Amino acid sequence: MSKPVVATTSLAGCFGCHMSLLDIDERILDLIELVEFNKSPINDIKKFTKRCNIGLIEGGCCNSENVHVLKDFREHCDILISVGECAIMGGLPAMRNGIPIRECLEEAYINGLTVQNNTGKIIPNDAEIPILLDKVYPCHEVVKMDYHLPGCPPRADLIWEALVALITGNEMKLPYQVIKFD
Amino acid sequence: MGQKITIEPVTRVEGHGKVTIHIDNNGNVTQTRLHIVEFRGFERFVQGRPYWEAPVLVQRLCGICPVSHHLAAAKALDVIVGAGTGEGLTPAGEKMRRLMHYGQIFQSHSLHFFHLASPDLLFGIDADPQKRNILSLALENKELAVQGVMMRKFGQEIIEATAGKKIHGTGAIPGGINKHLSSFHKKRFLEGDSPMNIKTMIEWSVAALEFFHDYHEKNKNIIDEFVEFPSSYLSLVRKDGALDLYHGVLRAKDRDGNIILHDVDYQDYLKYIDEEVRNWSYMKFPYLKEYGKETGWYSVGPLARLNNVDFIDTPLAQKEFEKFKSYNNGKLSHRPMHSHWARLIEILHSAEKMEELLNDPDLMEGPLTKKGKKQSEGVGLLEAPRGTLFHHYKINSYDQIEMCNLIVSTTNNNQPMNNAVNQVAVKMMTGKEEISEAMMNAVEVAIRAYDPCLSCATHALGQMPLEISLFKGDQLIDKKQNR
Repeated sequence: MSKPVVATTSLAGCFGCHMSLLDIDERILDLIELVEFNKSPINDIKKFTKRCNIGLIEGGCCNSENVHVLKDFREHCDILISVGECAIMGGLPAMRNGIPIRECLEEAYINGLTVQNNTGKIIPNDAEIPILLDKVYPCHEVVKMDYHLPGCPPRADLIWEALVALITGNEMKLPYQVIKFD
Repeated sequence: MGQKITIEPVTRVEGHGKVTIHIDNNGNVTQTRLHIVEFRGFERFVQGRPYWEAPVLVQRLCGICPVSHHLAAAKALDVIVGAGTGEGLTPAGEKMRRLMHYGQIFQSHSLHFFHLASPDLLFGIDADPQKRNILSLALENKELAVQGVMMRKFGQEIIEATAGKKIHGTGAIPGGINKHLSSFHKKRFLEGDSPMNIKTMIEWSVAALEFFHDYHEKNKNIIDEFVEFPSSYLSLVRKDGALDLYHGVLRAKDRDGNIILHDVDYQDYLKYIDEEVRNWSYMKFPYLKEYGKETGWYSVGPLARLNNVDFIDTPLAQKEFEKFKSYNNGKLSHRPMHSHWARLIEILHSAEKMEELLNDPDLMEGPLTKKGKKQSEGVGLLEAPRGTLFHHYKINSYDQIEMCNLIVSTTNNNQPMNNAVNQVAVKMMTGKEEISEAMMNAVEVAIRAYDPCLSCATHALGQMPLEISLFKGDQLIDKKQNR
């Protein structure tokens, strides 16, 4: 039987969940025996080259391209997992949801103390940069998500246990120490 | 009509950065731009939050070096709670933070070197990109991969022991730290079973430098000749001119090595630094006010630090620093690929510093925090793995954050990265109507030398996945991607 195929991506996240995946440390060597990685920033494969069994999603959707990639993952993966708070509920980036996006842009590019020289009041708007969404959306509001792994970031052991459980079909062990955070 | 070439991440999302190159009818490169396409709005949405939340909130900008943001915010808040800057804290407070920071530098630099750069070096920068990653490395050179994994693990465990968690910890609080180093952790890091002890980490750091020297000897074309352009450099240095990653004064040197910013107090950074906004990138362009937008730009990071400091205060790293200096004839190195070398020297320095701190009894006892007369404003700077990081907060009478200004490390490198891309484009694209593989690799390697932080500025684990589209007017005439 061929190995299960795993893909990962970071949308509007901080890459901390991917770092937590790397925090399984030497078990990464076991992991590459257990699964084959497809599209993922860890191995630098940028396009799906085959059907995947598991997709790990870090981050919510803050611009139209996040939505595009998430839909692409839903299309190519049997099981899709929201990894971490940003994917599950927007996380820290969603703190902007109560504020008009224009105010956020003005604070960064016009009002900031080191941009007082911006007398032309330029806000980046070139056709080459993508359009921001009005709000940051959790993944399950965009596509169907099958599982959620909580934490900011989820502990390495939690990510490891979840992957092993999915791959072996055994029930997942969820002791308190693994699911508590902060 | 001119042509436009776009190099962008295949998915347009993961890369969070893309390059456009404009060429005129004679095939001359007329313009190159590195666009950063991510925006969070942190400066605005942090307003109104209680100030003590800043160290835990702001680190969530970046999961790759969260400790840097955690500590820079805490340093700014030290000023606000009246504990003063760097040397004002209690010995336990300052030294626990330093241990956390050196653990961070150690893990982040190890991640960069072993997980990212070493596959390039081992497999060659022209190798299939699918092969150039830590997973392939693990399959082909297990020993080196294991070293990289264990060095990162050691750094992460130091962070856990000081900050409470490996990623997004809570250790640093305004005016100090929230706990001492436990005797359990001290013993584990000093005397743990090999390889998880500081002695082995120092040995491996030395071995990594030997690996680099050997590679350098055989591949001078890549390390010395690949890209070279003069730049000014900015970093913190200790008051006596030593390398100090946690605290110091601001120094800048011009391209000839003359000091142009004379070891100034960073609380006054607004006097010296400004940022330019350009409409084609979310990342701003910092510059030294005195020299203006055109010529005031500078580079930060490991190479900038080693160009700026006078010496290193740990013996093994100092020896390597002397080699580095003498190789460059005592002058500045303007070769971005020398950043890899500088980074390895800093890995060794951080390991030596960790050993010193682990043996220091101050971390295990005494007051943890200090407070004084409350201030309404504070600036916190430190040297993050990728360069100088600026945090500045103002609070109101209800202890809410009223203003937040951040200049992150990679932002400081915005202009140098654009220049590096431009130099490569002029060299490789002039007179060409087709995009070559060599061109794509070259752009990728040039940007990667800056280890752009991928969460602060672009997201892609240091890798710049590339897609190049060649336009004649609006018409697409060629398209290639390196995956």
